Amino acid sequence: MRNKKTYEEINEKIKKGEAVVLTAEEVTVMAKEMTVAEIAREVDVVTTATFGPMCSSGAFINFGHSEPPIRMEKITLNDVPVFSGLAAVDAYIGATEVSTYDEKYGGAHIIEELIAGKDVLLKAWGKGTDCYPRQQIETHINKDTVNEIFMFNPRNSYQNYGAACNSSKKIKFTYMGVLLPNLGNITYSTSGELSPLINDPELRTIGIGTKIFLCGAEGYVIWNGTQFNTGVQKNNFGIPYKGGATLSVIGDLKKMSENFIKAVYYENYGVSLFVGIGIPIPILDEDMANFVTISNNKIHTTIFDYGLYDKPEIAKVTYAELKTGKIKLFNKEVRTAPLSSLKKAREIAETLKNWILSGDFTLTKPVSALPDNIKINKLKSDEEILE
Amino acid sequence: MKKRYILTFPPKIVEVPLIYHLIKNYDVKINILKADVAPDEEGHLLIEMEGDNKNINKSIDYINKLEVIIKPIENTIRFEQSKCIHCGACTAVCFAEALAINPNSWELIFEPEKCVVCKLCIKACPLKLFDFNFE
Repeated sequence: MRNKKTYEEINEKIKKGEAVVLTAEEVTVMAKEMTVAEIAREVDVVTTATFGPMCSSGAFINFGHSEPPIRMEKITLNDVPVFSGLAAVDAYIGATEVSTYDEKYGGAHIIEELIAGKDVLLKAWGKGTDCYPRQQIETHINKDTVNEIFMFNPRNSYQNYGAACNSSKKIKFTYMGVLLPNLGNITYSTSGELSPLINDPELRTIGIGTKIFLCGAEGYVIWNGTQFNTGVQKNNFGIPYKGGATLSVIGDLKKMSENFIKAVYYENYGVSLFVGIGIPIPILDEDMANFVTISNNKIHTTIFDYGLYDKPEIAKVTYAELKTGKIKLFNKEVRTAPLSSLKKAREIAETLKNWILSGDFTLTKPVSALPDNIKINKLKSDEEILE
Repeated sequence: MKKRYILTFPPKIVEVPLIYHLIKNYDVKINILKADVAPDEEGHLLIEMEGDNKNINKSIDYINKLEVIIKPIENTIRFEQSKCIHCGACTAVCFAEALAINPNSWELIFEPEKCVVCKLCIKACPLKLFDFNFE
């Protein structure tokens, strides 16, 4: 079938400045007037993006050795504890860790400030050893004074995500925003038809080694994300009704832009980090052309009731319905609101498109596919196991 | 003209039937959207005044003479719009629809004149960009 292309052919066109690159929203509009075969023939790359809160994010940092050296056993950055159980001067800044003095300020803010080039106060303590005699250090660091600092996010870019509402009589403050009582509102967090893993639902082109846009820099998919779940029921268009696949990603924080990252605080919940991710999808054949043209009216999600402790599923809706601003639930009109920024996601998809059009960003074939058969385990207490 | 104002009363004025005077003397329609009034305490009112410009201005003069502080609602809300990332979390709680997402650009639209000072946006905004001078 002539509508097939290889990565090499697409990259050749990118380098010559001849590639046809569209965002996932643009190609979805195009699909109203063109067949899948025509799109497979005409379009080379489709860019996808998301900009939403992704709690499972962080960064590895190496501070460099002081003179005399210290084996840092306890470390804080602007009074936010960072993980120090890694050699002498390596650490991991977890996005959701919070300051000893301010519950609204945490690791996410440290990461954002480091990207912005700001100075951060480092305090470290060690017991002192023969080879690392120093016991304490206090100094200011920034992204230029340290050795490596790279973002390493264990779980980003959920394929899909359940929407939230609250049937209880009390207002709920959650990571899905403020949920008003008596089904007062519904929140959802996705960029829908623009979202990366929705445009490649079978993960044919996104795998280990895929080069991506990560917070304004080039990054890579390095593993499946945690809580990766291939066991979720899919709709007629192959899109999971909730959750599904996730990605573990990596990128050089020194090259990132503060324009595509944002530290946030959700009331009575905690700190989180908005991460900007863009992923190019090569249109290798008609199947891929079909996937990228799936529109919001064909993408469903599940609404969960956060008013009850086990968060039962209460309905399924499409993103086209959610995006109208209200839906009917149990014969009641309920207001809907997004939590991830579609405006910023569009900016990312557009930026990545321009990188590819300029010939600066070529596509990588995955070194290895992401798993196709993983279900998630529940954590059971010893009491439950003994039952 | 229809416009929303926040009135702050010193404790000694709380017992003056101010709204009655406004309606009777200046022929303005008054809609009380929020009230926090108690004897011997500073009181607050959020009102919408509807009427012709001249009468609304006369009403404001009258209110000022009573030592009541009157401010257009937009002057009492602080919103650091330049820092907004347009996530939409605030729109989930804004039933007055002062905060809404433009369905085309997906940008946040803020229309302070629709605000009813429920203050839920203060808690809903993950960047803490809202604040009010209405205590």
